[in-house]
Amino acid sequence: MRKILVGMSTCGMSAGAKDTYARLESLLPADSPHELTITGCIGMCFREPLVEIREGSTRTIYGDVDPARAEEIFEKHIQGGQEIPEYIIYKIEDDQPTGGQELNFLAGQQRIVLRNCGLINPESIDDYEARGGYQATRKAIAEMEPTQIIEEMKTSGLRGRGGAGFPTGLKWSFAAGYDGEAKYVVCNADEGDPGAFMDRSVLEGDPHAVLEGMIICARAIGGTHGYIYCRAEYPLAIHRLELAIEAARERGYLGPDIMGSGFSFDISIKQGAGAFVCGEETALFASIEGERGMPRIRPPFPAESGVFGQPTNNNNVETYANVPWIINNGGQAYRAFGTEKSPGTKVFALAGKIAKGGLAEVPMGMTIEEILFGIGGGIKDGREFKAVQMGGPSGGCIPAALKQTPVDFENIPKTGAIMGSGGMVVMDDTTCMVDMARFFLTFTQDESCGKCTFCRIGTLRMLEILERITRGEGQPGDVEALTELGGRIKEASLCGLGQTAPNPVLSTIRYYMDEFKAHIEDHSCPAGNCPALVDFVIDPEKCNGCSACAKNCPVEAISGTLKHPFVIDTEACVQCGKCITSCSFDAIFKTGKKVAAR
Amino acid sequence: MVSTDFSYRLWRHDGTPGELIPLLQSAQEHFGYIPRRAIRYISEVTKTPESKIYGVITFYSQFRLQPMGKNVIRLCTGTACHVANSGMLLDTLQDELGVEVGGTTEDGVFTLFSVACIGCCSLAPVMMVNDDTQGKLTPAATRKIVRKIRRQTLASERQAQATSDAETAPAAD
Ligand SMILES: Cc1cc2nc3c(=O)[nH]c(=O)nc-3n(C[C@H](O)[C@H](O)[C@H](O)COP(=O)(O)O)c2cc1C
Ligand code: FES
Repeated sequence: MRKILVGMSTCGMSAGAKDTYARLESLLPADSPHELTITGCIGMCFREPLVEIREGSTRTIYGDVDPARAEEIFEKHIQGGQEIPEYIIYKIEDDQPTGGQELNFLAGQQRIVLRNCGLINPESIDDYEARGGYQATRKAIAEMEPTQIIEEMKTSGLRGRGGAGFPTGLKWSFAAGYDGEAKYVVCNADEGDPGAFMDRSVLEGDPHAVLEGMIICARAIGGTHGYIYCRAEYPLAIHRLELAIEAARERGYLGPDIMGSGFSFDISIKQGAGAFVCGEETALFASIEGERGMPRIRPPFPAESGVFGQPTNNNNVETYANVPWIINNGGQAYRAFGTEKSPGTKVFALAGKIAKGGLAEVPMGMTIEEILFGIGGGIKDGREFKAVQMGGPSGGCIPAALKQTPVDFENIPKTGAIMGSGGMVVMDDTTCMVDMARFFLTFTQDESCGKCTFCRIGTLRMLEILERITRGEGQPGDVEALTELGGRIKEASLCGLGQTAPNPVLSTIRYYMDEFKAHIEDHSCPAGNCPALVDFVIDPEKCNGCSACAKNCPVEAISGTLKHPFVIDTEACVQCGKCITSCSFDAIFKTGKKVAAR
Repeated sequence: MVSTDFSYRLWRHDGTPGELIPLLQSAQEHFGYIPRRAIRYISEVTKTPESKIYGVITFYSQFRLQPMGKNVIRLCTGTACHVANSGMLLDTLQDELGVEVGGTTEDGVFTLFSVACIGCCSLAPVMMVNDDTQGKLTPAATRKIVRKIRRQTLASERQAQATSDAETAPAAD
């Protein structure tokens, strides 16, 4: 019997996994000895859709499986028992990677959080239990005292994966120390950093691991009810969580008197409603309560007064997903990975101009270069590595020159970026850093809840300056004004959003002053990105002379004869971009002025 | 399972705190947006002033006070998509549809939104049309998709109209 698994998470499905699954389903006769099922994301988003054929302890993973390829795999491998080496991206025998085109991508990883992602059917609690699922819950409830659980967490040295890196064991011990009518265990699944998607992947690929982490936490701190606050943009994650909670209740892992211990705990899902600031924990609590998601002043800290004013412990999805592994294997075993001050592993989302975009879980302390080039395969289209953005709207850009920096809670902040949730957006020589600074500020400006004056108005003033600079209307003193405003906003904001909002701007000023100068003094965009500062050019190879661009040009700067390549008069052009968006052949592009002059 | 039925939720409401947002979500699910009367019902049942409900609605970007078009386009403007030039796609969509972000076309076929990351960063730039995600877009590809959907929507509307005309027409012979 062969087991056929199709990767069905959001990334797989948007690459067409549904069609692949449907084709396989239609090919498989009703009385087939082979079994077709779904699985989560194994992290190789760049080769989706993925199909795995599992036979005993041999796992063969095929990449880029469209329906036609699925048919071929069905005939040759599933029915005929013949592998198709050209399509194999990864092969595992007895849990050891043995070959395939993408061997390096997975072989360099250490998977604790992602231990089940891409391996089990996330909608089946049986699959999860077969992989040792809920053993940690049993152990924590039947064999351990709550204080022992907390001690084990402290030993592991696990630090919160939501961004700030606060020691989890310590946080739990605080929450254990307060009493209230109720005590809440909250899971932050708001994943607001645009460019990070590991929480989604864990929720879609291994939802029970998160539930287990929350149950164990509740046992340790005396929690009475759990909330998972999940962003509405993740409908599949919410669906799979609902199924998992239902199944866990049926098996008696959730609900009253869990496993006859007298300990009762249940979990409900709260769907976010689209506000980045709700990822901040006090704003998140306000949102659970049905209020506008505005941050509150601390103290009192959540351990004392969180949701509905009751003692509360809040952790990130990835933090909870680590817990069952730690309880099963011991805190010391966890410490064996990573560095002294940042133990364990971390999942990174590789995106942007990287050759192999996806998820990679590695021990803390690996260098940026090892992650981006060793695992991620370097830069897309062989271009030049310019920078990597970490920490999203709260973080910063780390320039290529610092690629030897170890990625952990100690070293990343030294560069001006932060660990954040682990999103790594890679930039090449065509990315304008001034524009990136503007981009992040647009985001935080929009998402500021409006409570603090500096965050609300200060970010707007910074944004106005940056917009002027990218339009080529920068003035002497702009950079100084940005720096000063940034400092003030950091000082005078209540929550992390405002306190970190200037970071993307300040870190780009620190490393890319030359680009700021080019925009302000020379009115040019070296990366060839900012529309007002570049030339628009028609690629004669692609242009088929339809004249759509010329008709749409408001200043009649485009001319030519029908059915022959058109040309843009760069002197007359006002860089409005209408020609690019009206071209049906993607024949028009932007280029740095210097290049065009050559 | 979380019930999304709005009237059932309202009827079942027992004063549990924190129900305002789920109630608004089910109202939106039910009506496609949050109409005035839904705010009034919720206010009566939860004993929350309408002004406060309005405050919550306007705080969260998910809630809408206007009906939406038949197809909802969500263009990703997250970091990875921005790096992959999603700004150009936004210009393209605004130009093709003749609306700004948040707007609905005159014929009611499309509503355009921008979102920050739908978690498919490796396929950037990405947009969602209703529940379908489309990746690796260019301005030309984007226009093609939009035009195709407009044709399909208008065609199926005409067909629905024709069927209902045929049904309501008196059986002549
Ligand atoms: C503006 C802002 C947004 C945040 N967004 C998230 C988020 O999306 N997910 C998350 O887990 N933590 C987020 N955090 C961090 C949380 O406030 C909190 O520190 C974290 O959930 C604690 O969990 P941990 O100890 O497991 O890391 C955010 C913080 C700020 C200031
Ligand atoms: S940034 Fe667009 S899908 Fe993530």
